[in-house]
Amino acid sequence: MRLFKKSAPEANRLEATIGSGDSGQALEAKSLSIFYGEFEAVKRLSIGFERKKVTALIGPSGCGKSTALRAFNRMNELIRGVRTEGEVSFRGVNVYDPDVDAVQVRRWIGMVFQKPNPFSKSIYENIAWGARINGYQGGFDELVENSLKQVALWDEVKDKLKESAYALSGGQQQRLCIARAVALKPEILLMDEPTSALDPISTAKIESLLDDLKKRYTIIIVTHNMQQAGRVSDKTGFMLLGELVEYSDTKELFFNPKDPRTENYISGRFG
Amino acid sequence: MSGREDFAVNLASRHARGDRWRLMFMLSTLLAIVFLGALILTIVDDAFGYVVMVDEVDQRSLVPDDERLESLDAEALRAVIDERLSPRRYRAIERERPFDERTAADLYDIVLYEIVKPRVAETYTLFESLFARRSIVEETTLAHPDGELVFRSWVNMRFLSTSQTARPLTTGVLTAVKGSILTISITILFSFPVGIAAAIWLEEYAGDNRLNRFIQVNIYNLAGVPSIIYGMLGLAIFVRGLERFTSGSAFGASTSGEVANGRTILSAGLTLAILILPVIIINAQEAIRAIPGSLRQSSLAVGATKWQTIWHQVLPASFDRILTGAVLAVSRAIGETAPLVVVGASTFLTQDPTGVFSKFTTLPIQIYQWTSRPQAEFRHISAAAIVVLLALMLSLNAFAIFTRNRLRRQKRFG
Repeated sequence: MRLFKKSAPEANRLEATIGSGDSGQALEAKSLSIFYGEFEAVKRLSIGFERKKVTALIGPSGCGKSTALRAFNRMNELIRGVRTEGEVSFRGVNVYDPDVDAVQVRRWIGMVFQKPNPFSKSIYENIAWGARINGYQGGFDELVENSLKQVALWDEVKDKLKESAYALSGGQQQRLCIARAVALKPEILLMDEPTSALDPISTAKIESLLDDLKKRYTIIIVTHNMQQAGRVSDKTGFMLLGELVEYSDTKELFFNPKDPRTENYISGRFG
Repeated sequence: MSGREDFAVNLASRHARGDRWRLMFMLSTLLAIVFLGALILTIVDDAFGYVVMVDEVDQRSLVPDDERLESLDAEALRAVIDERLSPRRYRAIERERPFDERTAADLYDIVLYEIVKPRVAETYTLFESLFARRSIVEETTLAHPDGELVFRSWVNMRFLSTSQTARPLTTGVLTAVKGSILTISITILFSFPVGIAAAIWLEEYAGDNRLNRFIQVNIYNLAGVPSIIYGMLGLAIFVRGLERFTSGSAFGASTSGEVANGRTILSAGLTLAILILPVIIINAQEAIRAIPGSLRQSSLAVGATKWQTIWHQVLPASFDRILTGAVLAVSRAIGETAPLVVVGASTFLTQDPTGVFSKFTTLPIQIYQWTSRPQAEFRHISAAAIVVLLALMLSLNAFAIFTRNRLRRQKRFG
């Protein structure tokens, strides 16, 4: 149990390597397998994600892409009966090592969910809270403004920062959730089908944001919308039945797929 | 491509069935309201009504011809007391508080209840008083020619503000009200924190293993255990086992002179707390469970620890429901009688409780005791006490609803 086992210096092993450890890739999974009970949802996935690029994971429903994504910042642990094997290497540290604190992992690897899920607090607090509990020492007004500007929401909400986040539209809420994640200045942003609950206009806004955001963050996005993957990503991985079938530059994967299964999927023959 | 003939034409009968159910639901609600109304009517019926008062000593014999007892000043009242009060009662009352220090109203009370000694010869219910007034008047002028027919509210300021006495006209509920409030405060202070904490443990921390499932099942079972059994538990643990603490002797409270060996307000409050603990736990668990997982996920995803997630997100979002459940449980506890009888409530107590180590009686106990008295007046007095109990309960609920609404508003905009 973490309560008793974590000793301070070891728990900060991840902290110590942040900023210095410069491995080639922002995040790397090494033969990562994830089980729901007996069912193997992700089968020995090995994949590396390049720094400051947008990488898309596509595939039909149930292919394990969301499960894999949630494994990258140990969100899977919240689901009962999930077992993870293999390694997820971040800054040279396996985030599944017993002396690594999941809280620390999630703090550096942010996440945006399928449905907008702001806190039931004010817009301002939605952004400031995460930074505050993580001991942010700078000015909060500045942080809030900065984060909202990064998601192009500042002009829309600057006069109602004290109002409830629920007063915003679905698309605005989702951008607020992205702002909430970037307020922690994370290394990596995981996005789990971030636009699937939104209308086309809100979707377009978020897609255009990704181009700006990738200047600062490494982005991994899971989507079942192939066109979206084609529009926003630099690299794309295609998953099927828990396996990574093909992984290459997005253009390459869409126009010149090596694997017949990839070709079948992107040409719309199944999925 | 018409598939019409494959489907029976039954829309009308489907609607009709729905309407029948709707009627059933409405009638059930109506029935509940009728019962509730009947309950309130019976109580109100007994709490107000005509009474025939007969004075043992004629008031007119005490005062000069052209005056009335009510309009006498302190000096004149003092004269009446000096002249008519028996020396024994005189000394007793003087010991309580010297006559010279008493106000005119005080002296009037003494003259009235110690010398005039009015007595209730006949009582009527509210409905009799309203609808059969004429026959009441006829009847009473015949039976009690020197009596006085007055409309009496058995719930009155005197009743609310005096301690218990043996006589129906002078008795009051203050002792029981104080006892109830003190007892329920102990109950709240103990059961809320413990119950909510246990619910948090069970929902957020406890794993899904055999031991925890066993605990969970037993909490559900405990919620159904008859309350008198909790009384036995309270007697064994608090009154006997922890007597040193519940009697206050461990804290040096024995000097107050009214120590009740473990049968104190503290024991009663703790017993009631244990009684409602399972209900509070179950309600709080359900409130916490109703918080969607997405809230916890979004909190953890910004690097919050489990405790920060619970404290800053889960509890604020569920607190209004936790409070509602807990207050309902407390409403039950206020009305509990059986366990307190076992724990050792005093049935006749003329001294108000001064603290948690005092002997106690509570409103339900007091009502129980009054209803078992043979005199007709006590039926009306217990009705009045029931009105007080209901008022106490409703004000607690109103306070809870008010707090909950405030919390909800904060939740929306906080």
